[in-house]
Amino acid sequence: MKTTVSRRQFLRVSALAGGGMLIATHLDAFGIAGSLGEGAPAEETLNAFIRITPDGVVTIMAKNPEIGQGVKTMLPMLIAEELDVDWTDVRVEQASFDPDKYDGQFAGGSNATPQAWLPMRRVGAATRTMLVAAAAQEWDVPAADCETEAGVVRHRGSGRSAGYGELATRAAAMPAPDLDAVPLKDPAEFRIIGSRIPGVDNHAIVTGEPLFGIDFTLPGMQWAVFQKCPVFGGKVRDANLDHVRGLPGVTHAFVVEGGDSLNGLLDGVAVVGESWWATNRARRELEVTWDEGPTASQSSEGFAHQAAELFEGPAGFSVRSDGAADDALAGAAQVVEAEYDYPFLSHATLEPQNCTAHYRNGRLEIWAPTQTPQSGRGLVARTLGLEPEEITIHLQRIGGGFGRRLANDYMVEAARIAMEVEGPVKLLWTREDDMRHDFYRPAGFHRLSGGVDDQGRLVAWKNHFVSFGEDESFASSAGVSANEFPARFVPDFELGASLIPFGIPTGALRAPGSNGLAFVYQSFIDELAHAAGRDPVDFRLELLSREVEGQGLDPERMRGVLELAAEVSGWHTRRGQLPRGTGMGVAFHFSHRGYFAEVVQASVSPEGDLTVDRVWAAGDVGGQIINESNAEHQTQGAVLEGISQALGQEITIEDGRAAQGNFNVYPLLRHAQAAPVEVHFLRSDNPPTGLGEPPLPPAIPALTNAIFDATGHRVRSLPINKHDLSWS
Amino acid sequence: MKVSFTVNGEPVSVDVPPEMPLLWVLRDVLELKGTKFGCGIAQCGACTVHLNGNATRSCVLPVSQAEGAEVRTVEGLSPDGTHALQQAWKELDVPQCGYCQAGQLMSAAALLERNGSPTDQEIDAAMNGNICRCATYLRIKQGIRAAAGLPATEDGSMEGSAGGAAHPTPSS
Ligand code: FES
Ligand code: FES
Repeated sequence: MKTTVSRRQFLRVSALAGGGMLIATHLDAFGIAGSLGEGAPAEETLNAFIRITPDGVVTIMAKNPEIGQGVKTMLPMLIAEELDVDWTDVRVEQASFDPDKYDGQFAGGSNATPQAWLPMRRVGAATRTMLVAAAAQEWDVPAADCETEAGVVRHRGSGRSAGYGELATRAAAMPAPDLDAVPLKDPAEFRIIGSRIPGVDNHAIVTGEPLFGIDFTLPGMQWAVFQKCPVFGGKVRDANLDHVRGLPGVTHAFVVEGGDSLNGLLDGVAVVGESWWATNRARRELEVTWDEGPTASQSSEGFAHQAAELFEGPAGFSVRSDGAADDALAGAAQVVEAEYDYPFLSHATLEPQNCTAHYRNGRLEIWAPTQTPQSGRGLVARTLGLEPEEITIHLQRIGGGFGRRLANDYMVEAARIAMEVEGPVKLLWTREDDMRHDFYRPAGFHRLSGGVDDQGRLVAWKNHFVSFGEDESFASSAGVSANEFPARFVPDFELGASLIPFGIPTGALRAPGSNGLAFVYQSFIDELAHAAGRDPVDFRLELLSREVEGQGLDPERMRGVLELAAEVSGWHTRRGQLPRGTGMGVAFHFSHRGYFAEVVQASVSPEGDLTVDRVWAAGDVGGQIINESNAEHQTQGAVLEGISQALGQEITIEDGRAAQGNFNVYPLLRHAQAAPVEVHFLRSDNPPTGLGEPPLPPAIPALTNAIFDATGHRVRSLPINKHDLSWS
Repeated sequence: MKVSFTVNGEPVSVDVPPEMPLLWVLRDVLELKGTKFGCGIAQCGACTVHLNGNATRSCVLPVSQAEGAEVRTVEGLSPDGTHALQQAWKELDVPQCGYCQAGQLMSAAALLERNGSPTDQEIDAAMNGNICRCATYLRIKQGIRAAAGLPATEDGSMEGSAGGAAHPTPSS
């Protein structure tokens, strides 16, 4: 078992050399809060949370990697709210990676909101307290008689006031309050939280300023490409390095020896040159003889055959077993059996993987678009024999994360290449490198049996899940929780799994696990509702009305969003009036603490052409939406991503390698396919939680259920575009 | 080979292999990083620029074909980010990761220069070569409509913008 020392966050406050104050935090298991006094060390300046200069400008550092989830705007909003400043006076800067000063510099798992909701507000509130104390001292009045508004402290009795800029230098000498005890605003007084705040980088984005990892350059920087074996983890036997070294623009060509873990540095050939284009062109003449290794015979087709064979026998091991599913099925009024599957998926971030690194004097400096700088630094240190302290990581804006940049393969490759060349070097992958060397969303196969009683209620559930892994250990993102719905809600329930050992790197893709499981479970529940002759919403509401125990989704919150989705979509009225070939489907899913129910309306022409007409999404992520603009937009993006996955995305493994390499064969949703997505939030009395992931999973089964409603075709295998949906 | 053309009104002359795509000349020779690389095979639109006013995928355009041409990139859309599309993008908060947006803006600008009040279908047709992996399509369309002075949606409905509507907690 892992032991963790709980680290507390302390404020460190100092005066700025030219006037003003600097508020930094420090994480320490045993640290002492306090004022540093004059002359903060230079690095403190870089990693401060808040800088208030005499002109009243407030600069807030955004600590987490920005991948398009809006965190660079959201975290500073929390600080600014409690600091009580006007958002227009706030400047936001991206913090570098510094685990001593910032907690949780990480983008993933929809974690930023629940983790930062109180700590960030406390930093803002503590700073405000010090500014008030400074004013009170200067005016010789009780602090309790002073109030703040929009960056100004005012004394109620005398009406005297002073701006934060004027007070900042004095405030730096005030005692730093205990972060856990500092009072926070009543939510009724929020002016920034709960409003629509556009992204802080929007201006830089629309004017084309260099902002992303791929845009970062250094004087004298060289460019690198890295050729790995198309079969994951294959080894270099031989390569025509001399020939490649002689090509125009090429400065280096060398073999990199990797390890055996698909999560680490892999074997390959690095080519370095003066321009990326010339270097990548030289790569066309690179000839490598590979030792492809034992996984070169694996294929998606082979996995499907193995799954079919495994379905013939009992599950390899039990994940959960309640009551007696077999007996209950034997006694059910109706039994439905079905097999479902979904494919491997690539993340396909629009910005291909890249990383800049510079090795000099025994130290590595890295500029990386990474979601996980801490584990990236660990990987680089372990692989290249450096101490973590010898590695500095600067965070770059990320052109799409979706879980791809939880892995740091590109970082360790860039670092390794940088150690062999003089000066800074930037590694940039092609789209084909990116799609063929991903950590794929794992495929999955399910055999299901379900039973309903004579009153049309779901009473028995049996699921044999064929996934990937070794023994009883699921591969990354290939698992299922023992509490996954409808576990707990069905008295006789059995979930077993069989695992296929494989050699394909897998990892988290937005709403990992959930993005495949929701499709299967919410589709099969639809089949059971249909068999029971029940309305799909009513059938689900009855399930969610049962008394349950244990960990997992809260049925009351899920009923809330399901009822809201039904209401806003006009489920009970509109659905009956749709023309032939048009249908509505519903689904819900709980993941990453968020509750979402969605309704899709879709139309299928008699020839089988599918159009998604409209989506209604109802979510419950707590009582307080922090940024209304981004919350709506993340929901729309996640829903449309789910639809994109469902419509046509599939990575097929052939001869141990990914068959697809670019968007011509891996179709992402395009403008003309983007259906309107109406977003509704149910503001339940719960603390706020994240939004990047939970709206995605229900979109897929809501769509396939709508196709069934429209045509009678039950889509049990993704993607949809491989099915003939025509009807007459 | 020497190739001469203008970029955002400024004459430039570069000495590079003639088959080098305009994208890489812009990004790595002229240091204009706004134009992005996404696929390299004219599938995603991230590299869209205007060549003599037409939206063009610069990743597949050999620089030799830009000889004498007027090239416009996102950096040249306006001197200070005040082009109607840029304004709309900022106000409507269109970007998520933002990586595709330079290409989206350039395709949208070419559309509006041809057709000042496009229908939704015309917007879809003009923009379909531009992928947004974050799927910001609904706001891109809204942004184009706003820049063109059109109502938020074609049928006047509130589609896609119900996020502000509050719903009370169900009583329990
Ligand atoms: S990079 Fe040119 S279209 Fe994708
Ligand atoms: S905003 Fe991320 S790809 Fe469009």
